[in-house]
Amino acid sequence: MKIINEAIDLVKENIRDYGMYIALFIIMFTFNLMTNGMFMSSRNISNLLDSAGYIAVLAVGMTLVIVIRHIDLSVGYVAGFLGAIAAMLLMQQGLPVYIVIPIILVLGLVVGLFNGFLIAQLGIPAFVASLAGMLIFRGALLQVTEGTGTIIVQNASFNALGNGFIPSLAQISERHLLTLIVGLIGIIFYFYGEFKTRHDKKKYNFEVVSNSIFVLKLVFVSAIIGYITWILAGYNGFSWTVVIVLLVTMVYHFISNRTVLGRQIYAVGSNPEAAHLSGINVKKITYLVMASMSMLATLSGILYTARLQSATTTAGMLFELDAIAAAYVGGVSSAGGVGKVTGAIIGAIVMASLTNGMNLLGVGISYQYMIRGGVLAGAVIFDVITRKKGK
Amino acid sequence: MANNILEMHSITKTFPGVKALSDVNFKVEEGEIHCLIGENGAGKSTLMKVLSGVYPYGEYEGDIVYQGKVQQFNKISDSVEVGIAIIYQELALFPDLSVYENIYIGNEVKKGSVINWNQTIVKAKAMLNKVNLKVNPEVLIKDLGVGKQQLVEIAKALSKDVKLLILDEPTAALNEDDSENLLELIKQLKKQGISCIMISHKLKEVVAIADKATVLRDGQTICTLDANKGEINERTIIKHMVGREINDIYPKRPEKKIGDTVLELVNWSAYDSQLGRDVVKEASLTLRKGEIIGLAGLMGSGRTELALSIFGNPKNYKLRGDLALNGQPRKFKHTSEAIKAGIAYVTEDRKGNGLFLLQNITNNVSAAKLSGISNNGIINDNEEIKVAEYYKESLHIKASSIEQHVGKLSGGNQQKVSLGKWLFVGPNILILDEPTRGIDVGAKFEIYSVMNKLIEQGLSIIMISSELGEVLGMSDRVYVMAEGRIKGELAAAEADQEKIMELATQ
Ligand SMILES: Nc1ncnc2c1ncn2[C@@H]1O[C@H](COP(=O)(O)OP(=O)(O)OP(=O)(O)O)[C@@H](O)[C@H]1O
Ligand SMILES: [Mg+2]
Repeated sequence: MKIINEAIDLVKENIRDYGMYIALFIIMFTFNLMTNGMFMSSRNISNLLDSAGYIAVLAVGMTLVIVIRHIDLSVGYVAGFLGAIAAMLLMQQGLPVYIVIPIILVLGLVVGLFNGFLIAQLGIPAFVASLAGMLIFRGALLQVTEGTGTIIVQNASFNALGNGFIPSLAQISERHLLTLIVGLIGIIFYFYGEFKTRHDKKKYNFEVVSNSIFVLKLVFVSAIIGYITWILAGYNGFSWTVVIVLLVTMVYHFISNRTVLGRQIYAVGSNPEAAHLSGINVKKITYLVMASMSMLATLSGILYTARLQSATTTAGMLFELDAIAAAYVGGVSSAGGVGKVTGAIIGAIVMASLTNGMNLLGVGISYQYMIRGGVLAGAVIFDVITRKKGK
Repeated sequence: MANNILEMHSITKTFPGVKALSDVNFKVEEGEIHCLIGENGAGKSTLMKVLSGVYPYGEYEGDIVYQGKVQQFNKISDSVEVGIAIIYQELALFPDLSVYENIYIGNEVKKGSVINWNQTIVKAKAMLNKVNLKVNPEVLIKDLGVGKQQLVEIAKALSKDVKLLILDEPTAALNEDDSENLLELIKQLKKQGISCIMISHKLKEVVAIADKATVLRDGQTICTLDANKGEINERTIIKHMVGREINDIYPKRPEKKIGDTVLELVNWSAYDSQLGRDVVKEASLTLRKGEIIGLAGLMGSGRTELALSIFGNPKNYKLRGDLALNGQPRKFKHTSEAIKAGIAYVTEDRKGNGLFLLQNITNNVSAAKLSGISNNGIINDNEEIKVAEYYKESLHIKASSIEQHVGKLSGGNQQKVSLGKWLFVGPNILILDEPTRGIDVGAKFEIYSVMNKLIEQGLSIIMISSELGEVLGMSDRVYVMAEGRIKGELAAAEADQEKIMELATQ
């Protein structure tokens, strides 16, 4: 019984962090029941994660932007425009993929630095600066696609980023082998990380959770990783999109939690003036965060173009709002200084699950918008209430 | 027998992890000035927040009996309605609104639902008269000094027909003149039958003004002292507050080993392009190794501006003149360069620009020296925790744990976190801006002791302070500023209150 009490206390204390996971679990469970298991089928989950990918990478960047108390409304059309440029370079200039992608990402970086210049250097409110950017890139997208209309991309390796899967190597009992191996490696890394943290904490004589809770947590998390891997392995395995999103998440999670740069970002968000007086270069941080945002927007554009196998005149429309919604569902706070990268990913998956599940159930599009709006409001309300009670 | 306007019975209030008040009893007689005193984190502000409905009925245990009736305030406006007004530790005015708008905000002078602005201004003038404040009600709050802002707060309370006025450290941010004004006003209000509860760490004021004084320690009532029985004097108060006798307010100075000049300013001026004038004018000063210099002066005399202009110039003043560190001329482009050069600046406004209120103690302490807890840009969490624990211990920071958010610490403990943050930087020159504002006597003594220890280790300290006692008690030399200029320099032996005030008001 002691374990259960300790577990309950742990959840209560960290309800803000766990709340989202619990919500996601409930949503998935409910949809699965209502669709007679169709929702959690290999094919659907694979499809769901792929459809969440291009919003998820945006949400990661957006979370950091909101953490430093700014906003970036231009990301949607930056994604659309640079996606179209990528398509043109591939199809009209005939450049190979491995040259096009770096070029596009650098262009994204330049766009972001320009946003940073407007916001950090000239002090223009981010809302206005990025609204201007949104209009400009919308126009630019129309401009480049005006002559050609939709640009069809016929490049297998580029399109694989949005539709392809990692190679299988071999199938064992109908399951995708490499996916299983990657999942296993993931679990091993997770174990290693947890054991190391615990070991270090003990070395410093800090408090750690009891052994049974520790084991429970290990089993629980690896079961989830294992289960998802197992499901995906039953279809085509990990898609390249999922791999890219995972990489982006890991890099950003590491930066925001474990590095000096991450600390500085959160400090700037918490209190810019105090950060400045603590010797933190607020301008530099603003530049970096805005640049990273636009670069992720470019990545989002690549994923989206690859997924559609074409660049359209309306690509990127409303991405920014989906990304902002995902970030807020993921627990970011507009007051600054609060919000997690992993939260943004969960937020994006929650929103994608709602769309996907409701589509499976044949819910009308009008109700879909209302329900998603309700979930967004509910998530923020939950966040505000639990924050008041916190430490 | 006199009437009690207020009786609080067995009040208990807990926060996650802390029992801020346990079984507190507190009585205030009609028409008296009752001081509430105690160490930082004793629970004074919390008790007043319970009384005024910030923590609504149901979030605490115990009874509030006000004017003979048990009250259950569910929100702040409930307590305002029965004539209780509270003025918080941090001022709650709107800087960009005018004086009259501030006085009547939330209590507008209306006809139907339309505000009558002319009437408002007339009434506001009457209120300002009551608090002896001669300003045009149409000026903006941000253009007034802190002392005057404080009076506006009181005018605002009076406009609501207050019977019990609560002041949480009203003089913490005021200079001596403004403080005296304020205390005078409180006495006047008492004559008009308004009862007053005042929280203060300035014991001199308490002695001067209190009819009664209740001492809290660790969330419990220790005793209530009565001026008529001659119980209110500094010694008695301190004894009850800290639970032991403190004989010297200022610890003995270690033997002085004053060395070479570490910082020198020559004809140093700072031009603020927003204000369009020089905020520091041709200041020249020297600071030597192992020395504490006091920077005295009135509010707005340019002391904070001088400190900022040395500390990497975060406000982007246009600087003229020369700054030399250890004899080398230096120019800092950013605060980070000043920090690297060994300068640390503990701000006066710890909530506004000193701390990260939504972050925990750990992250606050490490914020100015992330390199000290990281390797190649990667943070070592455990090292960081160790550092935070060290400062929590050595500075006696009262908190449920180092995980506690700094915004929820009591004022004095926030100040200690701020100090810990800058000590961790390991500076050679420490600039302290009002280091003991809002800090209890025990903690003040601790901070003074820390300062002495730092001096012994060869640091040099510039202490900006509006408390003359502290300037005189701690400094080796005193510079007095007025209107951006250094008006004079006094050696410890020749300095006294009169001489400082004379220079400061020249
Ligand atoms: N919202 C809160 N959440 C958690 N703990 C709190 C909260 N507010 C106050 N505390 C804790 O309650 C205790 C009493 O705090 P309080 O602010 O009443 O002290 P105080 O006597 O006013 O001190 P000071 O003189 O420093 O202002 C402290 O330990 C503080 O950390
Ligand atoms: Mg207080």
